Amino acid sequence: MPPAAPRSGDAIFASVERVNAELFTLTYGAIVRQLLTDLEEVEEVNKQLDQMGYNIGIRLIDEFLAKSNVSRCVDFKETAEMIAKVGFKMFLGVTASVMNWDADGTCCSIVLEDNPLVDFVELPDTCQGLYYCNILSGVIRGALEMVSGNEDGSHLDS
Amino acid sequence: LSPTIGCSEIELLEADTFDLYCFQSLTGTKFFVVCEPGTQHMEALLKVVYELYTDYVLKNPFYEMKMPIRCELFDINLAQAVQKDRVALLGQ
Repeated sequence: MPPAAPRSGDAIFASVERVNAELFTLTYGAIVRQLLTDLEEVEEVNKQLDQMGYNIGIRLIDEFLAKSNVSRCVDFKETAEMIAKVGFKMFLGVTASVMNWDADGTCCSIVLEDNPLVDFVELPDTCQGLYYCNILSGVIRGALEMVSGNEDGSHLDS
Repeated sequence: LSPTIGCSEIELLEADTFDLYCFQSLTGTKFFVVCEPGTQHMEALLKVVYELYTDYVLKNPFYEMKMPIRCELFDINLAQAVQKDRVALLGQ
């Protein structure tokens, strides 16, 4: 039986059940606010968000693989494109861009023009250094670790 | 026929009294189906099982990764998928 063709992020996003974007934004905001209240230190919150993301990522990756039918990426450039175009589209309904590649092709930036997590969000001065969307960083780290093992995540600027 | 050592993503072992199909995801999780020799469409069943796993096991926040699966919803849906398959095959 020939393997099924890979599906586009758009096709998958259209086929899954979706939730109200504002509820999603509010829920994430509530999580961040609660973490700030409980942990007080911005660095601790960043770490916790990353850890939460990691726990999501290790589970999300199989969902991604099952729905998208992609085969193993040949190099990190392809992986980054896959995350930006298929992954973000499938789960957040937005496409990201990959840029700022370093000379070895081992490090890049994934940039979200439109990020549902930060709709309506303004960071106050008291939250300097907070990586509001750090959960995304953790998700990618967890997901990649399950398929390869050797990734270094980094923060995402909100 | 070589068995599971060096298993790539889809593998088949044909024995006298059974066939063994294996599906391995890119995360290394392996799914096996043991069936009557000559049973058709087991690759498709494995794909269905993989999707049930990503839904009822991985999305259950109380399931701990890599532990034995004790998720009732997974068992129920898995039984239904196998039953549907069995009915479809018998209907031919």
